[in-house]
Amino acid sequence: MNDLSASSQITYRAVPVRPAVVRRIRGLSDQALAWLFITPTIVLLLAINIFPLVWTIYLSFTNYRANRANAPTIWLGTDWYQSILTDPDIWAAMQVTAHFVIWTVLIETVLGFGLALLIDKKFRGHGMWTTIILLPMMLSPAVVGNFWTFLYQPQIGLFNYVVAFFTGRGASSFQMLGDVTLSPWAIIIVDAWMWTPYVMLICLAGLRSIPDYIYEAAEVDRASNWRQFWSITLPMALPFIMLAVLFRGIENFKMFDMVNLLTGGGPGSTTEVASITLKRAAFESWRTGYSSAFAIILFVTVFGLANIYVKALNRVKNR
Amino acid sequence: MQRTMKTLVVACGAVAAAFGVGAGTTPAQAQGKTITLCWAAWDPANALVELSKDFTAKSGIGMKFEFVPWTNYADRFLNELNSHGSLCDLIIGDSQWIGGAAENGQYVKLNDFFKKEGISMDDYMPATVIGYSEWPKNTPNYWALPAMGDAVGWTYRKDWFARPDVQKDFKAKYGRDIGVPKTLDELRDIAQFFQGRDIDGKKVYGASIYTERGSEGITMGVSNYLYDYGFKYDDPKKPYAMDGLVNSASAVKGLEAYKELYKCCTPPGASNSYMSEGLDAFKSGQVALQMNFFAFFPGLHKDPNVGGDKIGFFVNPAGPAAQATQLGGQGISVVSYSKNQPEALQYIKWFSGGDVQKKWWALGGYSCAKSVLNDPSFPTSAPFAKEFLQSMGMVVDFWAEPSYAQLLQAEQKRVHDYVVADKGTAQEALDGLVKDWKAIFKEEGKKF
Repeated sequence: MNDLSASSQITYRAVPVRPAVVRRIRGLSDQALAWLFITPTIVLLLAINIFPLVWTIYLSFTNYRANRANAPTIWLGTDWYQSILTDPDIWAAMQVTAHFVIWTVLIETVLGFGLALLIDKKFRGHGMWTTIILLPMMLSPAVVGNFWTFLYQPQIGLFNYVVAFFTGRGASSFQMLGDVTLSPWAIIIVDAWMWTPYVMLICLAGLRSIPDYIYEAAEVDRASNWRQFWSITLPMALPFIMLAVLFRGIENFKMFDMVNLLTGGGPGSTTEVASITLKRAAFESWRTGYSSAFAIILFVTVFGLANIYVKALNRVKNR
Repeated sequence: MQRTMKTLVVACGAVAAAFGVGAGTTPAQAQGKTITLCWAAWDPANALVELSKDFTAKSGIGMKFEFVPWTNYADRFLNELNSHGSLCDLIIGDSQWIGGAAENGQYVKLNDFFKKEGISMDDYMPATVIGYSEWPKNTPNYWALPAMGDAVGWTYRKDWFARPDVQKDFKAKYGRDIGVPKTLDELRDIAQFFQGRDIDGKKVYGASIYTERGSEGITMGVSNYLYDYGFKYDDPKKPYAMDGLVNSASAVKGLEAYKELYKCCTPPGASNSYMSEGLDAFKSGQVALQMNFFAFFPGLHKDPNVGGDKIGFFVNPAGPAAQATQLGGQGISVVSYSKNQPEALQYIKWFSGGDVQKKWWALGGYSCAKSVLNDPSFPTSAPFAKEFLQSMGMVVDFWAEPSYAQLLQAEQKRVHDYVVADKGTAQEALDGLVKDWKAIFKEEGKKF
């Protein structure tokens, strides 16, 4: 009791002294101090995120071209939006993007989760295999794009020789990057090779977060491995899987570097994803107003889809 | 402390002397002025570095070089110009940039400077003046000095053509001797003949042609066929009127012929080939014929494996309507955002000198000066000199409008879709191209 009152006394003495000192030195209230700390962040955020966004929205209603800064800027209203949304080439690019996103995310999720299940088991050489599996995602996309271009080379590429070995076809009888049917799959294969380990890592975190006692209880109840997977592993890892799907979906919707390096959007326009179209409009044609409108449309699409998805994710987490 | 400092200075002096520091100090370094020249990273750029040493020695102005690979060249430097960057004092910009660079105030207009320094455009090959210097075209408004003449030409494996078995088989198949093709049909026959043929135990292919999608490749390639078949950009009497010229029946046949060559006679995996892929294919002994710019021919001639007596050169063969070829090459301009304009202009004045132009050709650059090209000894000065001269007399260039990049993209897409991706017909591709180009010109406010 005495101890307690002593400590109260000390606290009582300390409280009135320290704020008074702060006030004397700084002359700032707690709220002002808080503002002082967050203002640089807010200013930075406004300068590098909000202002460019607002400026892009403004430009999307004008005929502005960055390479003709001195030319008069004319207000066009929603002309660009109408022209983009009714342009069959843009819809074709969106279809190519959707095809790419759906297949890459599907393949990466299935393989990533499968690998996570394997790596989650303790076995000999477990650490070494984990490192080997993670290697592709540590490489630069520029490097990956260039060496897969060589791997896909019909005359000297290893990929064609491997396929030829298993199928009996001539190695030079098909070209992954120059064929209309195969080129989208060539890019999907590379993306899956590079980013499956990333999905695996997230899934692995999910699997490791499942407490052992749940499995022990299931064992006691004589639940089969299959039953344990469907009733424990999958539901409990699902929020993590969904998170990985979200990350890869957003990332692949914006995919540029790999496609640019592997096919440049070709053959023809077969692999011209939306970001390639956007880059050409913005930095080759310098149609800044037009490309701003296209960027806003893409942003709204990704933002809208991601929001719907996040709501679904929260519902799964709260189950 | 003072003694320590003295010791340190003496030691530094001794080390500097030992390593020869300061012995190579140029007048430029002494004067402290350095200018930067921007260009593509390729063989002629190395020749220019060598040549420019004379400028530094003479003027005391140091030279820095910013060379970017062709695939990024336009992106990099157009970004630089459009962002009003002052990285480049001098730029050797592509011929198609001139309209945009002139109208957007990115290049310094050189008329007054030329007049003051006595530099006359009459001293340069007319095609190069129109292609590299003038905007608007065919008017005496100069924005560059013709610097690097270039055009699309062809190389062939002279040693393969000379083989008795090849000669015999070719004659048996086509009823004529194998030789440098005079027409595009003959060229296709030769390419077809070599496609898949066994030469010294190695499977070889017909031709390497331009098919690249991302920048300008397939347009630079297909143009050589389109021009020969009668394609015209617009009506000279009615500018921007393109109907029936871009998509004429003969132009359609030209596009079909290019696709036929691509399908029948190129190596596997040649769906995205441009300059460097063509060089690789030829240098590795894969192909009998190669389409490429003359700028690469000095290097190819020196190549230990396929150069010397093994290589031959020829101009783009004739088609049913004409014999023309795609213009390459560039002029040298002063960037208007440069802080070293007087020094940059000094370089241009020096570069225009007769002796410098001769040395430029000797080092591997392609001079556009009449004093070099009209010299009686020029056609024999290199194995490809005669063909270069002939080509420069029949060049046609792509649009050089400020909107050239958009016009180029439209053609890249339409042609690649038809030739490589088998999408639609040639007529549909060229009709679509007219539609695209009209929309671009309409957006630009052009009347047609």
